[in-house]
Amino acid sequence: MVRLCVICNKERAIVKRPKTGQQVCRECFYYVFETEIHNTITDNKLFKKGDKVAIAASGGKDSTVLAYVMKLLNQRYQYDLDLFLLSIDEGITGYRDDSLETVKRNQQQYELPLKIVSYSELYGWSMDQIVKEVGLKNNCTFCGVFRRQALDRGAVILDVDHIVTGHNADDIAETVLMNILRGDIARLPRCTEICTTGDGSIRRSKPFKYTYEKEIVMYAYFKKLDYFSTECIYSPNAYRGHVRTFIKDLESIRPSAIIGNDIYNVLKKKTKNYLVYLFNVFCYYKDIIHSGEAFEIKEGVKLPVQGICKRCGYMSSNELCKACMLLEGLNRGLPKLGIGKNFK
Amino acid sequence: MSSLIKVNLTFSGGVELLFNNIKQKIIEIPSTINPPKPTTMKDLILWIKDNLLQERSELFVSGNTVRPGILVLINDTDWELEGELEYEIKDNDEIVFISTLHGG
Repeated sequence: MVRLCVICNKERAIVKRPKTGQQVCRECFYYVFETEIHNTITDNKLFKKGDKVAIAASGGKDSTVLAYVMKLLNQRYQYDLDLFLLSIDEGITGYRDDSLETVKRNQQQYELPLKIVSYSELYGWSMDQIVKEVGLKNNCTFCGVFRRQALDRGAVILDVDHIVTGHNADDIAETVLMNILRGDIARLPRCTEICTTGDGSIRRSKPFKYTYEKEIVMYAYFKKLDYFSTECIYSPNAYRGHVRTFIKDLESIRPSAIIGNDIYNVLKKKTKNYLVYLFNVFCYYKDIIHSGEAFEIKEGVKLPVQGICKRCGYMSSNELCKACMLLEGLNRGLPKLGIGKNFK
Repeated sequence: MSSLIKVNLTFSGGVELLFNNIKQKIIEIPSTINPPKPTTMKDLILWIKDNLLQERSELFVSGNTVRPGILVLINDTDWELEGELEYEIKDNDEIVFISTLHGG
């Protein structure tokens, strides 16, 4: 039995979409995948004509597809953006050096200028050196804090207005759950925002916020995009890994668990039975990303106030930003400084 | 009557690490692993687990299927459209396993 594409009704279906359950053929899959990202960009007014935009590129699947799609949409819809690739070299031998080779190939394939900034030049420490100092327990904290700042610094060097990252719907759902599990109220609403303004006036956004990982991987597979897929040698990233497995398990019971149904479809679906209608709307709100978005904080609850770091000028809710605190620990030979609760 | 069928396997996106970094392999398996029924994807996954998997089998299988987060394509079609575990393997089928769980 040949299953036909539900969009064109002509070609054989090759993908079942997690968001809608639709069966679509290759060309229609490309079309809906790209068009939904275009709609996300225009509905949220992510860019202005003439913006300089850095694509945070790690060589992995998400950022490789992001670079490909950004370049394609920029041409197809005349966004008139100046695109760059921005990569961070954490200094991890046997991992990042290999993935940077992928980024360099992408640079050739997509003809985009590439800037690489390294932890060594920014902080005086590579991840290899940091791991020698702190071991394998808190190393991911260093890496995560340093990377966030490094992207902003790279963006300043490139003089861009905007950074786009390849965070997809699955990643955001994981972050929502992690923030709930850790009780991190301050980060919970922020992590679902499609666009945030970080240091200075550089905006940071996630054009894949509504894109499922499955579709990104399928797209890369059918388009034969060249990406790097080795796990970081220092990071089993255990905590996120557990949350990830949990969400994948949820997804196997309920494929739309990550974002939920498109609310417009839910509202448009005509049904005579008001209870069924209410149930559909309720289910929509139950899915993870929308739960994060719908989270409200009671008035009067004190949240950390964002200021700037008195040492480096980066945004911070403490006197010293987390990166400066971690660096001070490293430089004074007290690598535990800045890790854990005492810092808060 | 059981004969041998050829199946072309591909491992990518990081699952190849569980198979000694082998990305492609042509295997020959009985057309009925569990007679009298023809060999299905369910049989194939168990066969791979028993015969090819080198380490940490929990990263490839979960229960009697692949671990959630591993995409499967049968002749370049999402296996969710092909009956998943119930799909009956044919001679010269191309089966691809892609992990979505590695890196970003």
